[in-house]
Amino acid sequence: MSDKKSIIPIGPYHPLQEEPEFWKLIVEGEKVVDVDVRIGYNHRGIEKISESKSFDQSLFIVERICGICSSSHPIACVEAIEDICGIEVPERALYIRTITQELERIHSHMLWLGLAGHFIGYNTVFMWGWKYREPICDIMETITGNRQNYAMHKVGGVRRDIEKEHVAYILSRLDEFLKQLDMLKGAILDDPVLHARLKGVGILTKEAAIEYSALGPVARASGVDIDARRDHPYGVYRKVKWNVITQKEGDVFAKTVVRVLEMFESASIVRQCLDQMAEGPIDAKPKDIPPGEGIGVIEAPRGECFHYVKCDGSNSPVRHKIRAPTYMNFPTFRETVVGETVSDATIIMAAIDPCYCCTERAIVVDTNDKELFKAEDLIRLSQEKTRRIREKMGVK
Amino acid sequence: MMMDEVLKKINDRFGDKVLKVEKKSSRRAYVEIYPRDIVEVVRYMFKDLGLRFNIASAVDDFDKIEILYHFAYDPSGLIVSVRTMLNDKDNPSIDTVTHVMKAAWWIEREIHELFGVNFEGNQDMRRLLLPDDWPQDVYPMRKSFIVPKRDSRKE
Repeated sequence: MSDKKSIIPIGPYHPLQEEPEFWKLIVEGEKVVDVDVRIGYNHRGIEKISESKSFDQSLFIVERICGICSSSHPIACVEAIEDICGIEVPERALYIRTITQELERIHSHMLWLGLAGHFIGYNTVFMWGWKYREPICDIMETITGNRQNYAMHKVGGVRRDIEKEHVAYILSRLDEFLKQLDMLKGAILDDPVLHARLKGVGILTKEAAIEYSALGPVARASGVDIDARRDHPYGVYRKVKWNVITQKEGDVFAKTVVRVLEMFESASIVRQCLDQMAEGPIDAKPKDIPPGEGIGVIEAPRGECFHYVKCDGSNSPVRHKIRAPTYMNFPTFRETVVGETVSDATIIMAAIDPCYCCTERAIVVDTNDKELFKAEDLIRLSQEKTRRIREKMGVK
Repeated sequence: MMMDEVLKKINDRFGDKVLKVEKKSSRRAYVEIYPRDIVEVVRYMFKDLGLRFNIASAVDDFDKIEILYHFAYDPSGLIVSVRTMLNDKDNPSIDTVTHVMKAAWWIEREIHELFGVNFEGNQDMRRLLLPDDWPQDVYPMRKSFIVPKRDSRKE
């Protein structure tokens, strides 16, 4: 190729994108030399809408910011409002908030893992990831009544309690999920093809992560040890044992490792919470919200979610600023994509886990009674194949 | 570093440039400064104190525009917000901080188009969220902007 630059436009509507956005890749041959992005196709003016709603109503609005983080945004919002009035939230409610948060994290990471596999053409991971996420959605349905958009959180507590008779079911589904996650962990972290495809690709250095104030798994994969669950305590994260997962490399593989290992921590937190939580009230029932301003900071699956609420004593916020984690993680593409090849650009952009919406629910059941392979057979076949490739490539 | 220590450092460094310090709780504080000192204060907080930039938020305060720059100190879970008031509401303007921290790149573009604040020295003031055919000089997050009611009979 000559040294002429060409522009590759991607979007705003493109089969690879789950949500509309417009990418302009400027390339020299195969190499990306510059990149620009245009967003805003999904701008719904939620901050403005929230100003015209009462505090109770605006919780339902923020729940609909994202189909995946429909527990994170309401929790950040109630944290901000509780920061204004200083309500003491009952402990059982804090436990329930923590449980929904961690289940949401698992299902979100699982969703990302599937998509990441899809982006690099490894559709087995896509199918597995989304299939193994099902038990978590079922648990969510048991606890909240919904697989998405849980309508669970309110100022001063939560709306629904976890029934005693559901605990055994939740634990058994969690076990089922963990078994599959363990298999998936082995399949992903030891896969020679994934190593070749993801290692050393799209590196975000620690300095750049700090400069861009990157958040969540993106920052932690670059060695920035931040996690709002530990640093800005909310819920009951101080009362359970868990670890913040960090990696040093900053490439796409490190981001994958962080997310996979975090799911184990989340499952362990859910288990400890179910074990520890005592009976009690779940709602402090605050009467009214005094004038003032408050900030709520929580760790959503993609990173820190920030809500700022200002109130003048009336029933609706004067200003409601919402900052989702992707807002800070997105601009890091300037550091990570430039210099890489076009074929790697998609997975690098996907590695920050830009927010996708998925609220579809469908279970396909084959009623033909004929089974060619059982699930175990497929897994065995795939493992054998991986072993063969490994031996061929000389990867241990 | 606890909250008192952070506030003391800011006070020692900037003295009477600090208009007001409001410690709301052990983990939240608001520091008010003049808009003209913003670059200096942000540089001190981001580079010297090593705080993490959360986000900036603008508030339409009827006769003025208020901008808050939120900073987090993660080791002890603090959030310090720098408040600054832009009194000229017809022509609000403040210096850009993007050369101090790249993290402010998008939010300055956003506040520019939604509140009509001019960030002096920022070369990239393109639209971020609003469509390209949105009218000039209409700032939807200002209180004066009323969301037009839809007439469903016409649709």
